[in-house]
Amino acid sequence: MGAIAYTTRGLTKVYGDGHTAVHALRGVDLQVPEGEVVVLLGPSGSGKSTLLNILGGLDRPTEGTARFRDTELTGLNDRQLTRYRRDHIGFVFQFYNLMPSLTARENVELVTEIARDPLDPGAALDLVGLGARMDHFPAQLSGGEQQRVAIARAVAKQPDVLFCDEPTGALDSQTGRDVLAVLQRLNQSLGTTVMIVTHAASTAGMADRVIRFADGRITSDARNATKLDAAEIHW
Amino acid sequence: MSPLTRKLLRDLWRMKGQALAIALVIATGVMMTVMMTGLVESLSETRRAYYERYRLADIVAPVVRAPDRLAEAAARIDGVAAVQTRITGGALIDMPGRAVPIQAQALSLPDRGAARLNDIHLTAGQGLARAGDDDILLLQSFATAWGLGPGDTLSVTMNGARRELTVVGLAQSPEFLFTAAPGEMIADDSRYGVFWMRHGALAAVQDQQGAFNQVLVGLTRDADAEAVKDALDRLLDPYGATGAHGRDGQFSDIVITQEIAGLRSTAASVPPIFLAVAAFLLNIVVGRLVQAEREEIGLMKAFGYTDTEVSLHYLRLVLAIAVIGAALGCLFGIYAGYGMTDLYLKFFKFPFLVFRLDPASFVIGVGASILAASAGGMLVLRRVFALAPAEAMRPPAPADYSRTGRVGQAVLNLVDQPTRMVIRRLTRQPVRMAGSVIGIACGMALSSAMLTIFAAFDVTIENGFAVADRSHALVGFNRAVSEDTILALKRRPGVMRAEPMRQVPVILSNGRHEHRGAITGLPEGATLIRALSAELAEIEMRRDGLIVSQVLADKLHLAPGDTLRVDVREGRQPVLDLPVAAVATGFSGTPVYMELEALNRALDEPGRVSAAALLVDGAQAEALYAWLKDQPAVAGVAIKNEMRAALERMMDEGAGQTRFILGALAFVLTFGIVYNTARIALAERGRDLASLRVIGFTRGEAAYVLLGELAVVTLVAVPLGAALGHGVTQLLAAAYSSELYVIPALFAPAAQGQAALVVLSAALASGLLVKRDLDRADLVETLKTRE
Ligand SMILES: Nc1ncnc2c1ncn2[C@@H]1O[C@H](COP(=O)(O)OP(=O)(O)OP(=O)(O)O)[C@@H](O)[C@H]1O
Ligand SMILES: [Mg+2]
Repeated sequence: MGAIAYTTRGLTKVYGDGHTAVHALRGVDLQVPEGEVVVLLGPSGSGKSTLLNILGGLDRPTEGTARFRDTELTGLNDRQLTRYRRDHIGFVFQFYNLMPSLTARENVELVTEIARDPLDPGAALDLVGLGARMDHFPAQLSGGEQQRVAIARAVAKQPDVLFCDEPTGALDSQTGRDVLAVLQRLNQSLGTTVMIVTHAASTAGMADRVIRFADGRITSDARNATKLDAAEIHW
Repeated sequence: MSPLTRKLLRDLWRMKGQALAIALVIATGVMMTVMMTGLVESLSETRRAYYERYRLADIVAPVVRAPDRLAEAAARIDGVAAVQTRITGGALIDMPGRAVPIQAQALSLPDRGAARLNDIHLTAGQGLARAGDDDILLLQSFATAWGLGPGDTLSVTMNGARRELTVVGLAQSPEFLFTAAPGEMIADDSRYGVFWMRHGALAAVQDQQGAFNQVLVGLTRDADAEAVKDALDRLLDPYGATGAHGRDGQFSDIVITQEIAGLRSTAASVPPIFLAVAAFLLNIVVGRLVQAEREEIGLMKAFGYTDTEVSLHYLRLVLAIAVIGAALGCLFGIYAGYGMTDLYLKFFKFPFLVFRLDPASFVIGVGASILAASAGGMLVLRRVFALAPAEAMRPPAPADYSRTGRVGQAVLNLVDQPTRMVIRRLTRQPVRMAGSVIGIACGMALSSAMLTIFAAFDVTIENGFAVADRSHALVGFNRAVSEDTILALKRRPGVMRAEPMRQVPVILSNGRHEHRGAITGLPEGATLIRALSAELAEIEMRRDGLIVSQVLADKLHLAPGDTLRVDVREGRQPVLDLPVAAVATGFSGTPVYMELEALNRALDEPGRVSAAALLVDGAQAEALYAWLKDQPAVAGVAIKNEMRAALERMMDEGAGQTRFILGALAFVLTFGIVYNTARIALAERGRDLASLRVIGFTRGEAAYVLLGELAVVTLVAVPLGAALGHGVTQLLAAAYSSELYVIPALFAPAAQGQAALVVLSAALASGLLVKRDLDRADLVETLKTRE
């Protein structure tokens, strides 16, 4: 392992104030090397999505710092954050978040259009096995299919870092495995750093490293001795 | 095509009804801009070209009789480029089958060569070059009205003698773009004739050999018109000059100038209302879209689209609607412009009138709609900027109704659940509701103001023709005659009542404000023609001062008690200083009244009258008019019903059509607003309503929740619209009123009622359209989609 992708120091996020304040993150110190596959586990409301949002440049911490490579994310203004997301980051959201008025292919094109070195949208959809459904609108796709479109969309720009918030939550095990295989392939062929939030503990098998969250803090941070292939995962 | 462009097109298609309604509102504003500025441009440019080509005089100076040699002296005046002297005279044309003779004007043309000024445009037959003494050219529009042409003969009385004249050609003249009988303001091709004769022939008829009674003057480019007028007046004074005047003293030019000014002010005032409403609607529609696409906006931002790129997407939507509207508006504007041009040609007798498109009007129309639309969208785009990208990561939050607690719980307890939903929604977005109310009220205000103005025209006609003037006919004499003539008239069978009048041409001035017109002398206790107060109470004629009509009082900045300088342009031509005793309401023209005997005394001409107002027994009218026709002293007879019919025709045809179109446009506006309000209510509540239906509410109950809101908004808007309409009426009345006719800003309950009906039916129609969509909506589909 070479360079470090992310370093955080005392990352804290508080929503609201006074007695209604919610402490989503309570001082997170973390280092993620480039090219690692990290799985985040933890109970609902423990702050996983919040961490992903901050690292992905969607949100800002209340306190603490987060650094991507040589860049202090907390020091970036809105325009620079946008640039950062545009150039480096891919997202797969917990709620699929497709544009209902665009077809599957167009949803992918939405991202490839502003990317520097994208995959062909059709090829990206082939990767998730939806090549034949390219011209369907989200309303014509099942939940799992929509999620795969969302993954194709994130993968298509060939990002440096891919954040996936429960990418398999709505999928059956076979489709889930296929999706994870796509992520793994991306990691292996391009060295993409991948961070996956999941409730399915078995997903942890394919990670280089498993981080457990509870109540806004890291409770454990373990490295997998052997990494499973996505196809071998059961849940 | 980029995916965002596709999204744009699909969004547009999805909201096509609303987009179209807004585009139509914009189109209406742009159409009026394009059409009206085009008409202003066409009319003024054609008028300029026509005046120039036929050398319309800049200044006209009438005299009683001046020797020909004075023409040279006039030509030497500094600033004078061309001089043409001519002879004019009144004439009566006796048309077969018509009881009263038609008033006409005879004009001379040089015996040799073309007229240096006020030339004519020959449209049929031949000119006067080889014509005889009894040959004439007849005004084209008059000939058309009577079906006359070259070769026909007319029986004409001039200077007391009757002769048969032969029409050898037809002509148009820039002097007679618009014709009406003297003293009338009403366009009527058939009741006022103009014909041209050779100078020598007319001189013989009018006893003007070696002389002229009118000087036409063309000015050099840098001439001082006032100085030239003064010099002309000095030169001609010994020969009975009544005062030189410019084109602003020429009836035809006054009428067309006022029409252009009216068009110009309408073009400047009405379209902005439409654009403002469109901006408001776009603000609501895009605001609602941005609200609904919160997550998509967050998503785009998360992927690295900049705030500007995302905003631009929504701005493009707004601009697309604006551009579609503006393009439609330009097309409609061109079409309407051509239509209106044809209509104008009925009133203004141009030899040609090409509808010219003013390129600036397209730029202004399109530019203004884009600006207005962007302004409407811009406010919303702030919200796009403010939206955090992390929004995309969160599930949609249910709409927050927690702040609607202001409606008393007591009230809520009284009503059922659906009604509560209506109330909560109304109170949750008070600003938007207020916007809708104001928008609809604006539409209603426009409708009601237009309809009120229609009613006001009728009132003007009724008051002018039936209340102020109760006579049946007005007999004008060639010159001021003895009052015995009235006694003679009274004895004629068929005359039920005859009252004397005296009309004296004057120039009225108050400081630097000046008006050229006439004073009407009426006897004390006159019953047929009266001055009326604003409350339509009769104002007694005064010996000690003038009664001035309101329009004139405004023009000359007069109030009762002020002194007015009266420069009499007849007889001894005294200059008098007379007090203003009262101000009368006016209906048409700018009358100034004075008690007849006092007027005659001031002129030192006791016992003189120049006209008589008659009440006529219908059964004997024909015989009476036939007798009048043969009286040498009678210059003309004006029959009131004919005038009234002509006026009503003019109101309906020309001006009337414009106003009708404006009324229809107000309907478009109301419909656009109401339909949009309804659509948005449906879009925002589609899911709630589907839920209601799933729970077991009927279609009707669900529709009640949706349309209840609309009903409340509409019902609040109606009284507000009535009040606003009253304000708009006053503006319009002021804009339409002129020296020709006065439109009162009255309160017309019937017009308000009709406007309310327009609004309510527009609301009902859009409610039904939306309800149809609601009924069709697939429950499962609606519940599956977010928002
Ligand atoms: N915008 C917000 N305002 C207030 N509180 C928030 C907001 N977003 C998140 N929270 C709170 O912060 C805490 C952490 O939220 P986060 O979304 O990071 O949890 P999570 O670990 O992703 O949970 P899940 O597994 O359910 O997705 C939760 O208690 C949540 O209620
Ligand atoms: Mg989460």
